[in-house]
Amino acid sequence: MTIVLDPTSEAAPVERARSPRPESLAGLTVGLLNISKPRGDVFLDQLESRLGELGAKVNRYAKPTFAKPAPVDLRHEIAASCDAVIEALAD
Amino acid sequence: MSQAGTLPNGLVAVVKRDCETCATVVPVLQSLAESAGLVVYTQDDVAFPVAADWVIDDTDLVVSWHNDIETVPTLIRVEDGVEVERIVGWSAEQWRAFTSQESLGEGLPDFRPGCGSLSVDPTIAPGLAIAFGGSGLHARRVEFASLEDDVEAMFDRGWTDGLPVVPPTEERVMRMLEGTTRDGTEVVAVVPPNLAEVTVEKVAINAVMAGCKPEYLPVVLACVEAICTDEFNMHGVLATTMAVGPVFVVNGPIRKKLEMNSGMNALGHGTRANSTIPRAVQLLVRNVGGGYPGGVDRSAQGNPGKIGLLIAEDEEGSPWTSYSQDNGFDEGVSTVTAFCSEGPHTFVDQISRTPESLTKHLASMLRHSNTPRQVMGMDAMVVISPEHMQRYADAGWSKERFREELDKHLAIEIDDIIRGVDGIDEGMPDAFAGATLQKFRPGGLQIVHAGGPAGLFSSILSGWLTGHMGSVPVTREITA
Repeated sequence: MTIVLDPTSEAAPVERARSPRPESLAGLTVGLLNISKPRGDVFLDQLESRLGELGAKVNRYAKPTFAKPAPVDLRHEIAASCDAVIEALAD
Repeated sequence: MSQAGTLPNGLVAVVKRDCETCATVVPVLQSLAESAGLVVYTQDDVAFPVAADWVIDDTDLVVSWHNDIETVPTLIRVEDGVEVERIVGWSAEQWRAFTSQESLGEGLPDFRPGCGSLSVDPTIAPGLAIAFGGSGLHARRVEFASLEDDVEAMFDRGWTDGLPVVPPTEERVMRMLEGTTRDGTEVVAVVPPNLAEVTVEKVAINAVMAGCKPEYLPVVLACVEAICTDEFNMHGVLATTMAVGPVFVVNGPIRKKLEMNSGMNALGHGTRANSTIPRAVQLLVRNVGGGYPGGVDRSAQGNPGKIGLLIAEDEEGSPWTSYSQDNGFDEGVSTVTAFCSEGPHTFVDQISRTPESLTKHLASMLRHSNTPRQVMGMDAMVVISPEHMQRYADAGWSKERFREELDKHLAIEIDDIIRGVDGIDEGMPDAFAGATLQKFRPGGLQIVHAGGPAGLFSSILSGWLTGHMGSVPVTREITA
């Protein structure tokens, strides 16, 4: 893992801009990210079945703990392999 | 809890196996351990000088780094947790006085110099400084994912000029900062267009990305200072729809020190210092100043020199005063001048054998600099090649003579270029009818010497709007 020094004026956040919202989910890959709160899986199971009906392919992910931001590797994996992501909070 | 690297009271030595002097003094260390309770920290081998409870592992160099050990062996006396005295290397006389043991080291040579401590090894020290919190770097840290390719990650974040950049890791930036005596936190300039303050450290980060060596950093700093002035007007240079950017001319001994190229392909590619220094400046304008192509940089067409164009003048091969002398600096002073230009185009003259012919021909081309239909508004730079320069050297022409003769041929009859004349709408306004004006303002023509030994070709670099309305060349001394 490489850590570099920010070459910019640091006036903008490091995070990059979000991708444009897709017009339709048909044929797209949608990541379902469970933040690991109780019953998040129940909510996401329901979403997975609905997304399947819309023609989307679903990848499932989970954060190690809801109490911390998603690890950078997980964020990268989702960004690299999905067209959209839905993050589930639940209790 | 004790602080990292705290030494015990009494006598302490720091050694490494890979040091002949340390090996020489092993009997002394053993003797002092038995007689005076010496504790030995070992940098590279826990079994050196021997495996014993008075030999302590410092292979992580925590103790060596925190106690500023530069030489091994170092012998230290600690009282009440505080170092009171140290000696380095081996001197029988010094060690005996230090320990009050008159027969210490009998049979050993009187003197052996010490070796470099591993904690100051140039390949190791930057990592230690980072690990132990002494890097002194202030920039925000950006972490790439382990599956991200470093170079691709830098493209993704919009930090490049379209070519790959070197990832500015802490170690690389620390090494870069060793190229200057200036403090990393010092503000160098306020960078247009966003008017962001830039520190020496931020300049160093962008210099790493551009591929600079640490010794180039003072030149990059001087370039940044030159363009971030009201006179150079970097904001205007970016915002114009013309194809211009900063071109840098370097003079003085720094050219040789950094192995800059003043010879073949002097305005081209292939030499690290020539290519990376101006690139660092342009990356800085982008990353710190926010001057993005398509953003504040509104150039309709741009020019390839905007990646970075630096010319090191061939002073040694020229009979004339240097460009920096023209700008008021003494010979032997290293300077950089920023000139706003569209980049070079070639002037071809393979036939002229007299300075009169060559000068008249050159003037006829300069009359067309930017456009033949305008005068006085824009500067130009002529980069005279060695073979063309030979014509002037052979005839004994000085630079002043050259300028005077050139000026004669650059007096323009404005009636010839009034709007509408010859069926061309572009031209001088009617108000100037009947006038004779010089093509360039006084001081508007920059004259530089560079290039390979063969080739009857020189270059003209046309400028942009000059004077207080536009950009004028700015020279800065290159210090440390």
